[in-house]
Amino acid sequence: MRERLSGNEAAAIAMKQINPDVVAAFPITPSTEIPQYFSTFVSNGTVDTEFVAVESEHSAMSACIGAQAAGGRAMTATSANGLSLMWEMIYIASSLRLPIVMSLVNRAVSGPLNIHNDHSDAMGVRDSGWIQLFSENNQEAYDNLIMAHRIAEHSDVLLPLMVCQDGFITSHSIENIELIEDENVKNFVGTYKPEHYLLNDKEPIAIGPLDLQGYLFEHKTQQSMAMRNAKKVILDVASDFEKMTGRKYGFFEEYKMEDAELVVVCMNSTAGTAKYTADKLRDQGIKAGVLKVRVFRPFPAEEIANALKKAKAVAVLDKADSLNAVGGALFEDVTSGMFVHKIQVPTINYVYGIGGRDTTSTDIESVYNDLREIAKTGEIENPYRYLGVRGCK
Amino acid sequence: MQDLIEIRWHGRGGQGAKTASLLLADAAFNTGKYIQGFPEYGPERMGAPITAYNRISNRPITIHSNIYEPDYVVVVDDTLLESVNVTAGLKDTGAIIINTTKDNDYLKKALNGYNGNIYKIDARKVSMETLGKYFPNTPMLAAVVKVSEIMSDQEFLDDMVGSFKHKFAKKPEVIDGNMKALEMALKSVEKV
Repeated sequence: MRERLSGNEAAAIAMKQINPDVVAAFPITPSTEIPQYFSTFVSNGTVDTEFVAVESEHSAMSACIGAQAAGGRAMTATSANGLSLMWEMIYIASSLRLPIVMSLVNRAVSGPLNIHNDHSDAMGVRDSGWIQLFSENNQEAYDNLIMAHRIAEHSDVLLPLMVCQDGFITSHSIENIELIEDENVKNFVGTYKPEHYLLNDKEPIAIGPLDLQGYLFEHKTQQSMAMRNAKKVILDVASDFEKMTGRKYGFFEEYKMEDAELVVVCMNSTAGTAKYTADKLRDQGIKAGVLKVRVFRPFPAEEIANALKKAKAVAVLDKADSLNAVGGALFEDVTSGMFVHKIQVPTINYVYGIGGRDTTSTDIESVYNDLREIAKTGEIENPYRYLGVRGCK
Repeated sequence: MQDLIEIRWHGRGGQGAKTASLLLADAAFNTGKYIQGFPEYGPERMGAPITAYNRISNRPITIHSNIYEPDYVVVVDDTLLESVNVTAGLKDTGAIIINTTKDNDYLKKALNGYNGNIYKIDARKVSMETLGKYFPNTPMLAAVVKVSEIMSDQEFLDDMVGSFKHKFAKKPEVIDGNMKALEMALKSVEKV
């Protein structure tokens, strides 16, 4: 179905088609519209979801945990400081192995106060045991949500999952989108049949008890194994999704990578601008490519390293500064994967787009220009760079 | 239509520039185009300058940034000519469309020697005569379609009936007036 929707509308419609048992959410810019639209579906009777209008995000996540533990399918949406307020419960959701699905509309975490896009919210929970999928546009935000439950609820996985998209840039931009028929989504997502749940009177269980030196390590390791297992499941679900829609998804998208010498690695909406820029440079005979990371957790380190092995120079773009006096999170993960898998390609990092600073094709072109210089000699003067900021390079 | 048209809207909070950009995206979508319609969000309040954007293309659009070298600029409120550099980056091959009653000499001077085409329309007059109230965005929407030739007048009018029926589902009494505003605006745009 050909449609035009904003990223937030696309996320809300995916949730409508999924028709979860419970949605608990608290409004926060720029994701507010998602629960707003969804609550309309609830009041119109389009969905039979129980909508819990909580008083804070901590309670939103707590309510999702309660609902999912009880045996229901729970969803929420948030951004930035909303996610920060959930922090405690985020770890509890994943350690209780509850496959809750969240739509995270990425926004800068305060302070100073800023409502615009960067990835500091998602990066803050990158080690929390949630699967993280990133979306270039409204279409991917929608498609990723449709695939989310199948991945999260798989018995080899049982981990919560967040689908990220860029606040305002895609959440508030109307663009073309292809929607899937309601019935097809329903069949694809399927019904949630948890093996263990609190409302099963045949099997009384406790959830979330004290877990000390004797077992916590094993339980955390099981979480880690589940994250490893998620890789296969993500690809299997993508394969089924492709059969239904013709749209192909993997761990990452390789754009003009077959013979690419200069590669930009990035996530979310900037990947679209990078593709546009790569096309422009290709017209000038420059072998530019883009590697867009879709699956950030679990991190496909080996696959990305292999995809980059033929490049002459690589730039990894981070939309969050780790403030660690070295590189951003994506850069660290990409370069660590390359090192472990013995891929030696000169690689630099740019922190960019912080607090909604617009990233233009001219900015991306300057990155490719830097890569051309590096590719000539293999020498890197400074691997930790900034893009589009005043007073610093 | 050229392969990619980029449009920048300048208005003031409350005048409906954002809505107009979304309606234009809608209309172009309905004629089979790939579209983007997005506002630049700032500290929003009534009367504050706001910017909105459109990309309209025959091919999928991947670029996700604001528009710095637009083909067309629409100025919904001519008091902005004094405070905002509305022609910044505007292509000489393009045009600027202004809601104004100011004379041509004033406009040319206010646009800092912009070399492209300048169009004006009295959107207040159109709006008052057709809607009885001042909603400049509907006439300006028609004006930009007329000047940019994104679609034919008839295609546009046919499509907008449907859009207004959807948008004004709860107040169908305003649909006729809005359609009249579009028709009148299509005829009222004049080249400076």
